[in-house]
Amino acid sequence: MSALGRLIDAPFEAVQRAIGAARMPYVFVAPNLLVFGIFVAAPMILNVWYAVTGGIQLMPGERPYVGASNFAELLDCDTFGVIASCRQDRFWRAVANTAWFVAFQVVGLVAVSLVTALILNRRMPWRGFFRAVFFYPVLLSPVVVALIWKWVLQPDGVLNALIVAGGGARVPFLLDPSWAFSWTVVISIWAHMGFYTLILLAGLQAIPADLYEAAEMDGTAHGRVFWRITLPLLMPNMVVVLVLGLIRAVQSFDEIFVLTGGGPGTATQYIVQYIYETAFANQTHILGLAAAASILVGGVLMVLTLLQLAATAWSKGGGVGR
Amino acid sequence: MKSILRRAVLAGAALLLPAFAHATDVRIMWYNDGNEGEVMRDLLDRFEKANPDIKVILDQVPYKAINETLPQLVSSGQAPDMARITDLGGQADYYLDLAPLLKDRGYWDKNFASVLPWTRPAGNTSGIFSLPTQVTVTMPIVNETLFQQAGIALPGPKATWQEWATAARAVAAKTGAAIPIAMDRSGHRVAGPAISMGAKYFDGDTPVLVDDGLKAMAKLIYDWHRDGTMSKQIWGSVGGTAYRGANEEFANGQVVLYFSGNWQFPQFAKTIGDAFDWHGVNTPCGPAGCTGMPGGAHLVAYKTTKNPQAVARVLDYIASEAVYEEYHARTLFLTAHAGLMAKGIAYRTEMPQVKKSLAAAAANAAALSPTAYKLQGYLRNRIMFNALIVRLNQAIAGEMSLDDAFARMTSDFADGLKAAGVR
Amino acid sequence: MIRFLTRRRGSARADWTDWFARIYLVIGLLVMFGPVAWLALSSFKTQTALQEFPPSLLPMGQKQVALPGTERPLPVFLVPRPDGTAVERVMVRRVGLEGQFVDPADPDRRIERARLTAVTPVRELHFAIENYIEPLKQFNFARFLGNSLFVTIVSTAITLLINAMCAFALSKYEFRGRDGIFIFILSTLMIPITVVLVPAFLIVTGMGLGNSLWGVILPPAATPTGVFLLRQYMLTIPDELMDAARMDHASEWRLFWRIILPLAAPALAVLAIFSVVWRWNDFLWPLIVLNRQENFTLQLGLAAFQGELQTQWHYLLAMTVVTLLPVTLVFAFLQKYITTGIASSGMK
Repeated sequence: MSALGRLIDAPFEAVQRAIGAARMPYVFVAPNLLVFGIFVAAPMILNVWYAVTGGIQLMPGERPYVGASNFAELLDCDTFGVIASCRQDRFWRAVANTAWFVAFQVVGLVAVSLVTALILNRRMPWRGFFRAVFFYPVLLSPVVVALIWKWVLQPDGVLNALIVAGGGARVPFLLDPSWAFSWTVVISIWAHMGFYTLILLAGLQAIPADLYEAAEMDGTAHGRVFWRITLPLLMPNMVVVLVLGLIRAVQSFDEIFVLTGGGPGTATQYIVQYIYETAFANQTHILGLAAAASILVGGVLMVLTLLQLAATAWSKGGGVGR
Repeated sequence: MKSILRRAVLAGAALLLPAFAHATDVRIMWYNDGNEGEVMRDLLDRFEKANPDIKVILDQVPYKAINETLPQLVSSGQAPDMARITDLGGQADYYLDLAPLLKDRGYWDKNFASVLPWTRPAGNTSGIFSLPTQVTVTMPIVNETLFQQAGIALPGPKATWQEWATAARAVAAKTGAAIPIAMDRSGHRVAGPAISMGAKYFDGDTPVLVDDGLKAMAKLIYDWHRDGTMSKQIWGSVGGTAYRGANEEFANGQVVLYFSGNWQFPQFAKTIGDAFDWHGVNTPCGPAGCTGMPGGAHLVAYKTTKNPQAVARVLDYIASEAVYEEYHARTLFLTAHAGLMAKGIAYRTEMPQVKKSLAAAAANAAALSPTAYKLQGYLRNRIMFNALIVRLNQAIAGEMSLDDAFARMTSDFADGLKAAGVR
Repeated sequence: MIRFLTRRRGSARADWTDWFARIYLVIGLLVMFGPVAWLALSSFKTQTALQEFPPSLLPMGQKQVALPGTERPLPVFLVPRPDGTAVERVMVRRVGLEGQFVDPADPDRRIERARLTAVTPVRELHFAIENYIEPLKQFNFARFLGNSLFVTIVSTAITLLINAMCAFALSKYEFRGRDGIFIFILSTLMIPITVVLVPAFLIVTGMGLGNSLWGVILPPAATPTGVFLLRQYMLTIPDELMDAARMDHASEWRLFWRIILPLAAPALAVLAIFSVVWRWNDFLWPLIVLNRQENFTLQLGLAAFQGELQTQWHYLLAMTVVTLLPVTLVFAFLQKYITTGIASSGMK
């Protein structure tokens, strides 16, 4: 390692001699920004071009400019608020589904992660093992997550076998719209909670023990300890969980798409699936419409995130915490 | 770890070395439903032995890659030499016309006349653009054992859809089978029955999705989902344009009549075997006929290939009668090859169920309606199929009325055509 | 409830909160691991057994016996006798609803007849290891594995290096544009890669990286999450360490390589694990970039069992288990870094 280190040292030291130490930060960010610019930022700029052009041509140069008509088509509704009256009714259904999904998924995710983190923070035998258990699903690919749950939930699946063995009747978990919707929420939490649990766990471990000891000596009620010490000190990590959780929930796609394909009907069709199907899966690849939809979604996400951050900043200043 | 790496490197080297030794590589992007890739590889190995100057690489990819990636590759000029495709007319403008390259185009014209039009670009009437690698016909498969247990006779060859439904419901009621009728969730599957009910799909040369015939069949399917003749388990379990078969339910003996197609036979031979009597039967009838839909996968070559001569030689080999027959005999596929159809293929199976099914499939294939062929040859048929399945399914799921669904199908189809640049 | 929620350390006596925690952990174990175990067990079932309802926990198959002179093994059933007992018989033929059975021990093979409704199949434990062997023979899985390993290792190494360099600059220097760069990187979290697949594909193929493993390695290397995670961690490293080294005329690069990087090891370990998991599991992007079989990763090879009309579930499940093994092993060895690494990475 040190030989390798010396080998890399030399060119960077030469660069520093050439441009001076003050400009070195730019050298450090350059490789990342280069990769980022080419493979992430440039496609996003191209995406804007797709959004304002029409037709089914793939090459950007061959696409005719159509202005905002893709956006207009998405937003074209006869009666405001009535999905069935919209030209792209599937887009709006996806938006509505996503809104509900995000509401349930984020609340559930935060609750489950918090309880799990609090329990895993206790002193107990096999703590490392149990932490690993709750983290394990994070390792699975979306396709595998879908495969696993298909095997559990399908009419001939293991859950129904258990119900039948217990004397019940089979439940069409993936055929009934509200069941299917609920399961997508559960599965999404199942697959991602390990990550958020760890973030909260990190926060819990950073809380100094003497705070609790002091509270105990004062005979403070336990409820007050949780609300006055644990939660406020956990707030920074909670913000990370809320922001990341919200962004990822809006972007939910892979595992749900593989499991339900958006069904039954359109009950579990979320916004990224609409974009993906419009751009890819149907015979005509309507790239313009898909790009326009993706920009709308990105914009809404940005606003939501800023609102969240503003709300936490306000609550910090407003004295809800300490 | 080290040995795995070493083996990986060796395997890589083994793959690369012969490539350098050969003059010409021909790449085929190929997906599999069953054992056809294995059989094709075996046949190509023989070709390579006889033609050491050509190496054929069979890239066995997920179907998703054929459906979603290949179109991007083709339109950005990076197509493979050949590909096995199912959206036959979708990118016809990019296909290579093989006619001037083939050894004997008369052989192709004579034997594949019925399916060659499907891959011709608009306006072309004489080119040869593809070789069928699988012919399908949509048709029903019955669980005859259930009929026997119920003591109910199979409806005859001219029985209507309603008669079949009545019989299937009676059988299910007596035997406890869960699903009287199942149909794959696919607009292509609905098309045959709809044509039987009088759907025309075209007004002259203008494609029209919704007419009285299509409405009649859609209404039947809608009603069947209401009264339990069809189970929401199949159509309801996925959304969008996703395909969903009922092959597992059928193999479990839960389905009386399964409307799918001949591609199910090889799998059923394995999964059902002799557990019960299953076999294909004649397609049920409607007032306008008793037809299913033809379909299948074709092997096409792309204009961008650097080795059109080699491509043609590979195709000539695969299409040659003896090789082509062996391919079908081993995969249990139907063929579009007129000569082989007349002669009959000696399928390599001992199972009476499979033999009976293949015979029924051949009979059904011979009796397809001209409308079915016209629809299959229509370049934009998938827009129709997808519009139908998405909207009909929403009606069945209770998200909209059947009439709203029809209106949406019409507008979806129009939007799809507009987006595709068709006026 | 509140009582246990607020507690940081358990006291000596077990009260109800301990019981709640224990029950929660046991249920958690079942819910988190159960479905995975079910998948693993199912992968040993035959194509027929996979479609059975009710499914059996262990891979069961009907017992089969090979009789001399028959082509393939024949199924065994329990055939009832008039006296109420039942005996094992081999079914040689089925005619409609009736079966013809023989006693495998009987050399004469006298045929007995019985209604199929009266007999029950004899089942036995049967591990369908052919689910694992056949695909390994049919496809070049060693090659796929090699590609997956290459992509995962190289991509992770690049990600660690360039993300760490970027995070170092963002956390330890004041320079013009710093905050702008940071916000720019974070803001791309808002757009999932799925929706920019087409333009990204055009750019990658335009650079001649189509059908190359580098086309899969490079684009996702500059992860916003990685930069964020490492920056947050590096902020907690005191600047005094660097100042001391600067006194000794160490170059800026040496500060990074010799001082900050080793100190950031826990956060690097976390990012390494995530990167390994992400790249190992990638599917949609490689599907678009790689379409020649010699370049396939495991996930692509696996998906090739899904056709237009049929999916070969038995192979798919078995190979899925194979792909799960390496990440599970890596995780088993590194799990203590995951938990302690994130815990000390100061994610705030």
